[in-house]
Amino acid sequence: MAPGMGGTEMAVGLTHYLVVAAILLVLGVFGIFLNRKNVIIILMSIELILLAVNINLVAFSAALGDMAGQVFALFVLTVAAAEAAIGLAIVVIYFRNRGSIQVEDVNLMKG
Amino acid sequence: MIATIYFYIVSAVLLISAAAVVSSRNPVHSVLFLILAFFNAAGLFVLAGAEFLAMILLIVYVGAVAVLFLFVVMMLDIDFAELRSRFQRYLPIGATIGAVLLIELVTIVGGWTLAPNSAALRLSPTPAALSNTDALGRVLYTDYIFLFQAAGLILFVAMIGAIVLTLRDRRTSLHQDVGVQHARSKTETIAMMHVGLGLGTRDITVPPSPAELAELEHASGDGHGHGAGHGGH
Repeated sequence: MAPGMGGTEMAVGLTHYLVVAAILLVLGVFGIFLNRKNVIIILMSIELILLAVNINLVAFSAALGDMAGQVFALFVLTVAAAEAAIGLAIVVIYFRNRGSIQVEDVNLMKG
Repeated sequence: MIATIYFYIVSAVLLISAAAVVSSRNPVHSVLFLILAFFNAAGLFVLAGAEFLAMILLIVYVGAVAVLFLFVVMMLDIDFAELRSRFQRYLPIGATIGAVLLIELVTIVGGWTLAPNSAALRLSPTPAALSNTDALGRVLYTDYIFLFQAAGLILFVAMIGAIVLTLRDRRTSLHQDVGVQHARSKTETIAMMHVGLGLGTRDITVPPSPAELAELEHASGDGHGHGAGHGGH
């Protein structure tokens, strides 16, 4: 994909990775719309979207021979783990207080 | 050739399991498919030469995040059938937006080119004779040390936030509160009462307030004719 870049030779072209990551991202967005009531599945869909981003970063990192992409993917992983922990904690206390996790019921702040 | 076959198999399983995550009826199945998706993404990372990230993905996601999801799904008593109702209603708009997004992304993938000087623009070029973990460590702990520390700070804040959010201060046992004990004074723990002769203590099992005490004393003081005793002083 990147002739003369000095990067590691990829066994599979960069475009293949990009297409897979694009489909994965679309599946994640689709999941958010499909499961609008279930906040746990929405969190899983967000994880899928972040995974697609990571695949893009790693693919470009390998194609261009730049370690910065993998470093950034590592930080994306960190933030995704923190986000999942906080999100699930909010789900747990919301369920404890209201007995439901329906997203449509979450209108306490009348936003 | 073998790499291409591996890529297609792993990508197919990844995408199928991702589709199963968002469309499965049982959320436990969703979590298990999410684990499968992470495994296959790790396979893609290995193929791209990012072995360290692949192992981190397995340890962090499969070992921690997915199990956390599994715990929450199994711990909360949720009526998932009710949550799945009106599932069909969101299908058309979700499919429409997904299709539009996919078309846009495919257009971008088909149309981009690398900048001519992109080789010179690299932030940290991959060293030739080093393993992936070695190369990652050499840039992570030097060039990106502040970002690394910030990532640790984010995890720390997230940990404290999750603990504070879910900590329930439930008193299931009697335990000592030293501060409260030290703050007690004699006036609020001991009530000195002047009990009239012959009045007994039956009426004042609950410590009376000073006003009641004065009234009691007064009543017993001039109640000579009641035979209740000889009154207070």
